[in-house]
Parts: sequence; C-alpha cells; structure tokens
Amino acid sequence: MPDANQLLHLVPKAEAKQSMKDFKSDQEVRWCPGCGDYAVLAAVQGFMPELGLAKENIVFVSGIGCSSRFPYYMNTYGMHSIHGRAPAIATGLASSRRDLSVWVVTGDGDALSIGGNHLIHALRRNVNLKILLFNNRIYGLTKGQYSPTSEIGKITKSTPMGSLDAPFNPVSLAIGAEASFVARTIDSDRKHLTSVLRAAADHPGTALVEIYQNCNIFNDGAFEALKDKDRAQDAVIRLEHGQPIRFGADNGKGVVRDPATGDLRVVTVTAENESEILVHDAHSPSPTTAFALSRLADPDTLHQTPIGVLRDVDRPVYDTLMAEQLDTAVEQKGKGDLAALLAGNDNWTVVG
Amino acid sequence: MTSQVSSPAGQADEANEALVGGQRAPRSGHAGAGEKEIRRLDRVIIRFAGDSGDGMQLTGDRFTSETASFGNDLSTLPNFPAEIRAPAGTLPGVSSFQLHFADHDILTPGDAPNVLVAMNPAALKANIGDVPRGAEIIVNTDEFTKRPMAKVGYETSPLEDGSLEAYNVHPVPLTTLTVEALKEFGLSRKEAERSKNMFALGLLSWMYHRPTEGTEAFLRAKFAKKPQIAEANVTAFRAGWNFGETTEDFAVSYEVAPAAQAFPAGTYRNISGNLALSYGLIAASRQADLPLYLGSYPITPASDILHELSKHKNFGVRTFQAEDEIAGIGAALGAAFGGSLAVTTTSGPGVALKSETIGLAVSLELPLIVVDIQRGGPSTGLPTKTEQADLLQAMYGRNGEAPVPVVAPRTPADCFDAALDAARIALTYRTPVFLLSDGYLANGSEPWKIPETDELPDLRVRFATGPNHELADGTEVFWPYKRDPRTLARPWAVPGTPGLEHRIGGIEKQDGSGNISYDPANHDLMVRTRQAKVDGVEVPDLQVDDPSGARTLVLGWGSTYGPITAAVRRLRTAGQPIAQAHLRNLNPFPKNLGEVLGRYDKVIVPEMNLGQLATLIRARYLVDAHSYNQVNGMPFKAEQLATALKEAIDA
Repeated sequence: MPDANQLLHLVPKAEAKQSMKDFKSDQEVRWCPGCGDYAVLAAVQGFMPELGLAKENIVFVSGIGCSSRFPYYMNTYGMHSIHGRAPAIATGLASSRRDLSVWVVTGDGDALSIGGNHLIHALRRNVNLKILLFNNRIYGLTKGQYSPTSEIGKITKSTPMGSLDAPFNPVSLAIGAEASFVARTIDSDRKHLTSVLRAAADHPGTALVEIYQNCNIFNDGAFEALKDKDRAQDAVIRLEHGQPIRFGADNGKGVVRDPATGDLRVVTVTAENESEILVHDAHSPSPTTAFALSRLADPDTLHQTPIGVLRDVDRPVYDTLMAEQLDTAVEQKGKGDLAALLAGNDNWTVVG
Repeated sequence: MTSQVSSPAGQADEANEALVGGQRAPRSGHAGAGEKEIRRLDRVIIRFAGDSGDGMQLTGDRFTSETASFGNDLSTLPNFPAEIRAPAGTLPGVSSFQLHFADHDILTPGDAPNVLVAMNPAALKANIGDVPRGAEIIVNTDEFTKRPMAKVGYETSPLEDGSLEAYNVHPVPLTTLTVEALKEFGLSRKEAERSKNMFALGLLSWMYHRPTEGTEAFLRAKFAKKPQIAEANVTAFRAGWNFGETTEDFAVSYEVAPAAQAFPAGTYRNISGNLALSYGLIAASRQADLPLYLGSYPITPASDILHELSKHKNFGVRTFQAEDEIAGIGAALGAAFGGSLAVTTTSGPGVALKSETIGLAVSLELPLIVVDIQRGGPSTGLPTKTEQADLLQAMYGRNGEAPVPVVAPRTPADCFDAALDAARIALTYRTPVFLLSDGYLANGSEPWKIPETDELPDLRVRFATGPNHELADGTEVFWPYKRDPRTLARPWAVPGTPGLEHRIGGIEKQDGSGNISYDPANHDLMVRTRQAKVDGVEVPDLQVDDPSGARTLVLGWGSTYGPITAAVRRLRTAGQPIAQAHLRNLNPFPKNLGEVLGRYDKVIVPEMNLGQLATLIRARYLVDAHSYNQVNGMPFKAEQLATALKEAIDA
C-alpha cells in the first residue's frame, strides 16, 4: 500500500522557495465581486507553496461553470474542459503521468448533474486526483436555475412554483461511491479550508473536498447558518480525527450511537453520557459511521452539518496499480518487441 | 460432378476465373484402385453455418489459419447475430463464417459458397438461398428431427422431400459420430456433442487437404487447463478427418495450391482488420516514441481492439476501460495533454456520445485518434453487421466549425497502415483524426505481408521546450497557440516542462497567446485557421487504375475496395473499360481529386450507405456523381456490383 509520501514523492519538488504570488497567473479574475470563489482561489494559491511541488508538475482540470474558470487563474498547467467531464479527462492525465499532481475543480451542477457518472467512477477507482467541488447549491453561470444540491421547493427561474427533486448530499454520495477520502469545508474559513486541502493533498488516491461556496448573486446567504457566529455554534459539527464529536455552545452537544437503531443522534452532553460521545475515526475501514455523520445535516437548514475530514482511508490507487501491471508485464514477457509481435506465431514465407 | 467451382463464369468472383476455369487437370494416379480421387481447384468458397452456440466462428477461424499457413490467398466474412445465445435452433440464432481461398490473388470473401456446412435445419434454411445449384451441402442429419425442423417451418424434411435435389447433399450424422468417437472419454453426451464442430472441421480439412498440426496445437493450448477436453476435441477433429478418408460418400478430395504468384516474396500471416489496427497503433506508438493510451468503452464491433491492446502492457500500452464512451475519449484527451499517443475506439453510437469531446480536441488542438468501427445504424442498428454510414458523422457531427481529418482503410491488412497514417496526421497537425473502419474489415481477415519494422515511418514529435515568443518589452514567453507556419500546428507543451505553464480550454482563445478571447475578428480568424490547418494536411495524390483509357470512373472508399476491384476486373475481362480509384483520405481529399474526377464522363460511387461520399463529391467538385448504394449490413457482392457498374456505364 503506497502511503502519502510515496505517491507525492513521484512529483518533482520545487527548486526554490515558492510564494503565493508564484501561483497567480497573469489573467484577470472575472468572477462577480463578492463571490466565494475568490476566497477559495486565494486559499489554494496560498496553500500551494506549502506543498512545495514544482509548479510545472501541477495541473488543474475543470469542467464548465463559474468555478471551472479556476485553472485560468493558476500559474500552473491547466485545462478548462467541457461540462461534467473533468474527472474523466483528469483520470487519463493522472493515470498516464504519475509525476503530476492533478487537481479537479468542479461545481455542484458540473460534478453532480451532468458529470455525476464520471465523479462516482473516479471515486470508485481511486485515481490519484484531488477534486474540489464548489457547492453553491445553484446554477450560477446559466443565471440562477436550481441545482442538484438545491433544497427541495427552491424557487428559481426554472422552478417558479418550487423545485420538486430531493437534493444530493455530496458527502453521502461520495461515501456511497466508495470514496477513500471525503471532506467538507467552507469558503470563508480560510484556516479550515487550508487544513482540509493539506489532508487531501496528502491522501493517496481520489480526495473529494466539498467546499460550501456562496453565490452572492443567485443564492446569497445559502450557508449563512454555518457562517454566522451565533448560529454556527449549533449548526456546525467540526470533526477532528481522534476527538470526541462535540459542538454547540461550550461543546454542550455531542453525537452518540443509538444502541437501539445503530444510527447516530445528537444529545446534550451530561456527566452520565459523556463517555458515550462518539470519537471521530476518519480512518475507520468501514464507511458506515462516516455516512451516518453525513446524514446528521438537515438539508433545508443545514443544522448539524459536519465539516472536516469525514473519511480518509488507504485503498489501492488506480494509477499505481496500472503502472504496476505494466511493470509486471515487462517482467513476465520482457519489453515489447514489435518485430516479434507483428510476426506472430503462425506465419509463412514466400520465396521470391 | 465435375468441379467444386462449377459456377458459370458469370457467377465467378474473380475475373481470371472466367479465363482459367475452375478445375485443373487431376493429378495423375490418384483415382486408382483403393485410392480416392483428388482434384485440383483454383479456388473454393466454404460457409460454415450453425447455431450461435455451435462454435462456427471458431471452426471458421481454425480453417482460415490452416489455409493461411498453407499459403493460399484468402478472404473471410464472419456473420453472426448480436445476441450471444439467441434461442437455439431459430433463424435469428444462426451464425456463419464464410471463407474464400484460392491459388491466386483474390479480393473478397466470395459471392456464393461452393460448400455449405449446415449444423441444423435453421442453418440450412437461413443460408440455402445463397447457395448455387450444384454446390455441396454437408448437413448434420442428427438435428433434422421433427421439432428443430418445425421450429424453422420445415413441414417435411428437406433431406427427403426432394427440395435439395439440385445440390450435392452429404447427409452426415455429425452429432452421433462425434459422441461415438468420444465414448472412451467418459464425457456426458452434452459435453461430447460440443465437439461436433471439430468433427466437421476435421472432415473439411480432409476434403481440402488442409494441414492439421496447427489446429491440434491450438486445441491443446486453448484447453491447457482441461487436458481431457483438449484431447476430446483433438479426437473429434481426427475422427472427422478419418470419416472423410474412409466413408464412400466422400469420393473426392480437393487441392487448392498455394497462391505463390499472388504474393511478393516475404513473410506473411493471416490478420483481421481489428488486429491489424491494434498492431498499427502499437507500431505508431513505437515510431512516435510516445506511450500509447487507449480510453475505451466496450462496443461491438470495436471491443476486440480494447482486448488486443490490453494484452500488450509490456509495450507500455495503457488501456482504460471507462464508465462510458464520453469518459473513454475524455481520458484519452487527458493523456494526450500529458504527452501520450492517445486513442479512443468505438462504433457509431459511441461517436455520437464522444462528439462534444472531439470538438474540445479540435479546439485544444491536441493529437487524438478516434477509431470508429462502423456498424449498421441509426441508433443501435445492426451491431454485428457492416455499413459505412458514419462518414458524414465523422465529417460534420459536431457543433460549430470543427474540421477533423478522416482516414479509411480499404482491407483488413490495410488497417495497419491506416492506423499509422492516422497517427502521423494527429501528431503532425495536433488534431483529432477519425479512423473509419467497419465491421467487415474488423472481423474479416486476409494474408498480410509482415512489414520490416525499420521501414515503418518516423513519427517522432518535438515537445515544446522553451519560450516561443517575445513580447514588445523583450520578455520571452510561451504562447500555446503560436503556430508552425508550415503545418499551422500549435506547440505541444506537456506538463512537467518548466516555464511553459499554460491554460487551454474550449472557450475561444486569442490567436497566439491562447488567452480567452470573445473578439469577433479573432474568432473569425481562429475558425478559418483551424479549417486551413486541416485543409493543409498532406495526403498522397489519388492513384487511378485505368489501363485502357475508360470514360467511366468508379470511385470508392473504405472496405468496398475488395468488391469494387473484383467487379472492375470482371468488367475489364468482359472487354468493358472502366477506371478505378479508391480514397484513403476523406478529409482532406487528395489535391488531385478534382482533376481526376474532371477527366471522366461518368463517375460512379458505390457505398454501403445512401450516398455520403457522393454527396461530398458533388458538393465540393460540382460533379454529377452517380451513387450505387446497399445498406443491408453485408458487403457488396462482386457479381452484383459488376452488373450495376455495367448498367451505369450503359445508361
């Protein structure tokens, strides 16, 4: 099993010390003023020097949507592709070039609507990709239709009487799709966002990071419950591996397992039940508890939304396995000999 | 009976058939006492037909291998239903394999079989219409019982009611004989019966003096883990051979001499189109010194390329079986960005799904080979049958002005060279390229002169290594869309190259810098430049075969080459001058095509579609091209095509 260092080791290191400036491209950023994307861009550009990788070995691949303009603003290699297909394109790149650090930037429509199939299969395969899913719960670039993460009953231009379909919970979806790394963070919390990026970068295999991102034009305040100082205490569950899962004012609330149903529930912490508070284990081989944690959030109000790394387990990485098969084939059969291949075993000679 | 090839000259597949006749003088001394007569033939067409589960494709493949190693020229036509196991004994479940082999150069799998092997009533009924009177029919009498006959509408047995009087029928209880031959093996009856195809193969191998060692070795290798089954099959195979040797019903056997004259000196093997295409891709990867990356999703009749390339990981070949057609090409495009020789393989329905990504590749200007093994359409259509109706899809099936070069192989073996040519264009011009094969080429096979690897084309490319542009202030920068003035190709700067970090995408970009640009004049320039790049792809001039100054030109493309050439030979033998030309490059067309078309009073374009090349020719050159079309899922028959060409000439 490759550990984080082994895979990151394949990517050349930067020769000189890097700064955030090194990762800013010469292109003017064209998101709406006040968009949450700016904060994420700044956090990523600020985090990259910490990784210390040669920037020519970093590639950002995106699909279509507001967030998918991201690669243009990174002074690395980049591809702004077509709607929903970034995970597929990045899979080809990552599985053929293990010396690259490949990042996918996508949105809730790009990743979960038109590109849902590619996303689940990238997660299932565990290709060495870092997927940043900007979730603003709305379609921005097409001007305000509801998205597959919009709350049910959402009034938009395409749903004047309210949307009818239940939303995806991206974290639940990813865990169900066999993801080996799933995390959630918030655009406005630079420190938390950076810590999650760090964990994702260290993870060998596909890392899905859902970033709650505010669209101040079409869905302003969608995550206010998680950002407002007073309300956030009760709304946000900050997960940390090895720590009891507690939140609320004075950490007065905690998550316990209901012995009757096996499900998780939130309780007020008391001296009696304190020992029953669940300790977060991101590395648990079973995805069951991570999934149950992801279900604590109320899809409408976002109350009890867990953020942080929900799941981080080691699983064989697709590109590593693919490279190993190539090596094994050479070991077993020798390096390919074209003349012998073309001649085959069943030929005949015509004498002139 | 006078000859296996007793068909009148008018039905013959080859022109020289009419000249030399079917039968050669019998070898002396072979009709003597106690020995069976041996007759020499110049060519034979055999069709094996049975239930989809009867192993007819394997039987045909083995007979083909034996025939190839014997040195005959040959051409094959596998024909099978899309269902893996259609209901047993029904007409839709019939699977067949036709093989034409000769002592001379041949071009098609043959119009009509001289020998039909029918493993059951359905196989007889489905194929009898193609069998000319006087031909031989070997039937498995064990299957001609009431229920199997009733299932296909035989009220009385065709073996007994006189309906096959015009044929030379050999009733053979193939199943019984096979089971009897295998009784020492302790197999169940059902298991033993499964070897009846090998019994039939043995019998035919005796009839046509085929070598047998190859098949025995093949069976032992195939069933290496089940030695008892291997030996049972070998025993059934030998029993079939011995049956021919001893039974009185088979009084004559036939020899078809090696086609020594047809082949220039060299080493040969038998090869199918999909195998040749796979080898062409591996060769291209070696010649380009780039790793091969295949992104693909299984689809008939293209899957065998995925299977084949997956076997050759020791050549550094990466094969990625994607979640869908779109991801297949997406992964390939990603690998192309990273500097691989990238390929995606599919058939028409897959091309439809890949269209948007092909458009992206046009915009990104990255090398990418899109292999379309065409099949009957529209929609799911006829998955296992052939057609060439994706030409306009390949040409125009994308949004916006998105020109893509198109290359089409003409024979199974030619798929090798066509793949190399597609790679040349993709790599030189940094563009997606369509390689349009079809089901007939994919599964059909023919002898192939194995090329010398040191004579393969040099496909090496240069990645960009440094800045290519100086700004007004003297700064050296890298411009991803600054073009090579000769080819109009843009530089290929792969990730990992320091200083050349750049971003590309599907949004229109500024000429040169590659930055996003919505400028109207720039878009006009970029659209015209992408078109000019494809228009400027170097392709060889069209060669015309016109020995006697004909007034009519027959123009084809792709897999119709064999039938058209056979038809042209017939016409010329009958004294009818006709010129022939065959297109390999369909976009851009050869530079001399307009001039060639202008030389003839009449241009006839036979196609397995409703006139797609004819449409292109008419639009481009204002030539009144006449279409001759067939879309029945099968290749043209030479005789029918010759008649149609004659009618068009006389019209």
